[in-house]
Amino acid sequence: MNLVNDLINVERKATREGFGEAMSLLGKKNKNVVVVTADLGESMKVDDFERENQNRFIQVGVAEQNLMGVSAGLALSGKIPFAVSYAVFNPGRNWDQLRVSVCYTNANVKIVGGHSGVTVGPDGATHQALEDIAITRVLPNLMVVVPCDFEQAKKATFAIASFKGPVYLRLTRPKTACITTATTPFELGKAQVLREGKDITIFACGSLVYEALLAAEEVRGEVDIEVINVHTIKPIDEETIIRSARKTGKVITLEDHQINGGLGGTVAEVLGEKNPTKMIRMGMKDCFGESGEPGELLAKYELDKNGVIKTIRKILND
Amino acid sequence: MVDLVDKAREIRVEIIKMLAKAESGHTAGALGIADFFACLYFGGLINFKKEEPYWEERDRVVLSCGHYAPVQYAALALAGFFPIEELGSLRKLGSRLQGHPVRQIKYFGNNDKQLPGIENTGGPLGQGVSVAVGMALASKMDKKKWSVVCVSSDAEQQEGQTWEAYQCAAKYGLGNLTFVIDRNEIQISGNLGEVMPIEPLKDKLTAFGLRVFEINGNNMVEIMEAFGKGKLFPGQPKAIILKTMAGKGVSFIEGNYRWHGRAPTSEEAEKALWELK
Ligand SMILES: [Mg+2]
Repeated sequence: MNLVNDLINVERKATREGFGEAMSLLGKKNKNVVVVTADLGESMKVDDFERENQNRFIQVGVAEQNLMGVSAGLALSGKIPFAVSYAVFNPGRNWDQLRVSVCYTNANVKIVGGHSGVTVGPDGATHQALEDIAITRVLPNLMVVVPCDFEQAKKATFAIASFKGPVYLRLTRPKTACITTATTPFELGKAQVLREGKDITIFACGSLVYEALLAAEEVRGEVDIEVINVHTIKPIDEETIIRSARKTGKVITLEDHQINGGLGGTVAEVLGEKNPTKMIRMGMKDCFGESGEPGELLAKYELDKNGVIKTIRKILND
Repeated sequence: MVDLVDKAREIRVEIIKMLAKAESGHTAGALGIADFFACLYFGGLINFKKEEPYWEERDRVVLSCGHYAPVQYAALALAGFFPIEELGSLRKLGSRLQGHPVRQIKYFGNNDKQLPGIENTGGPLGQGVSVAVGMALASKMDKKKWSVVCVSSDAEQQEGQTWEAYQCAAKYGLGNLTFVIDRNEIQISGNLGEVMPIEPLKDKLTAFGLRVFEINGNNMVEIMEAFGKGKLFPGQPKAIILKTMAGKGVSFIEGNYRWHGRAPTSEEAEKALWELK
């Protein structure tokens, strides 16, 4: 998979930065790419794109319903609009517009939701999108993508720009561990086995993939963990999930999102129907987040390496 | 020269026939705005090619108040976009004439489920207004000549999204965009002024940066004139408030909000068709 060699001394960069770099390159490559934003261009890292493509940068102000609708209209006129804002607003506030103007219409809009998860940190629960995977993955025609780090966010941005149809891309605010490299393969809809193991499978997405890898390394010798990065939640890679669950017989899901309806829900649906497997879902347990530093929050809600190790022991001893 | 008055009458006849057959749907709004739709598709207000409905240089008609679908379906059929017999399939299983109009993009292969001439998916009020802004932005971005006409209802102005869209249209100086607002004074649960007043609508739209024309929406001369005057303001989006009579043309439907969301029975349809002769 060509991951970084040293998992401990990793470089840290935000997924939104990877997205921003990709958008700047896309702006030069594809003249149909348009960015539409609702007052959050700079923190979503599309300020380079704005400077370089003023004619193709639409600023709608703090008006997310219009953000989605304008993007649909651009897509229906042959453009490839990226509708860019925070996930709590986009798709949080404009879900009806996403459902009808974009998904039912099958308009080629790329919805980019930033600042997802508790790792938003100090801004607190109002700004921590913990439900966005759940509300997007139930929409027909919509693809849902959650890159695990900077490089993957970059690759995912290029990939969804080439893909014809609506896509939701989930990004995060803080600088997180870079675990993939420029040469790590990436294919939409294809989950990645980042580490092979035979005792337990951890299906993770987003920045928490790193915590899963750290935990797997720490319990090495004691228990053999398989770590799979499920960067595409929809369409879900059933084959890879079932194959791994059959091998290990024990499954943990890990996400910076509610345990209901997100990655955990998706994997539970797949396995419940096709290969019932002992399983624990890790994520926010039907509660809101709060202010704090990302690391403190992950520790408090047991979503960091230590939380994962605790869950590994639990599923082993159950 | 097409007789626009007669076209409007034909549109109304088809509206009544298709709604009676469907046994559900929205009658009053569609009848009230039929004169405008006659002007739109038969009076030369827009460029289109019926045999090539998604011709790139066409003007776009965005129906934001999707519940007005019967009027657009009737106008499109009469204009030759699809066979008039198909109007009888309104709201039936498998029909291209969905209860609310649908635009669906298919990226591979033919899209034979798409009703020709429909530009947007409409239903939840306010959405098409933004979609129209997006289209007008695309046209302007590429320095194209095609323009956009967006039709919304008066009660639709109660949706916050419409105002988000207007401020954006004004900011970008979308002179290629005309918002047509049907002021029929009714909505599903009562008279608009009682449910939620929208006055002073003209002042509000003006304050939002639109060039506003308020006219009798059942008068074709005024409709044609308003579009003509709109052309004098190429750098500004236009709003044309059509003051219409809900249910226009059928005496027992006119002005009655209870006809917002119901279809005529076969006896009522017979009476209505007799009046429209
Ligand atoms: Mg009304």
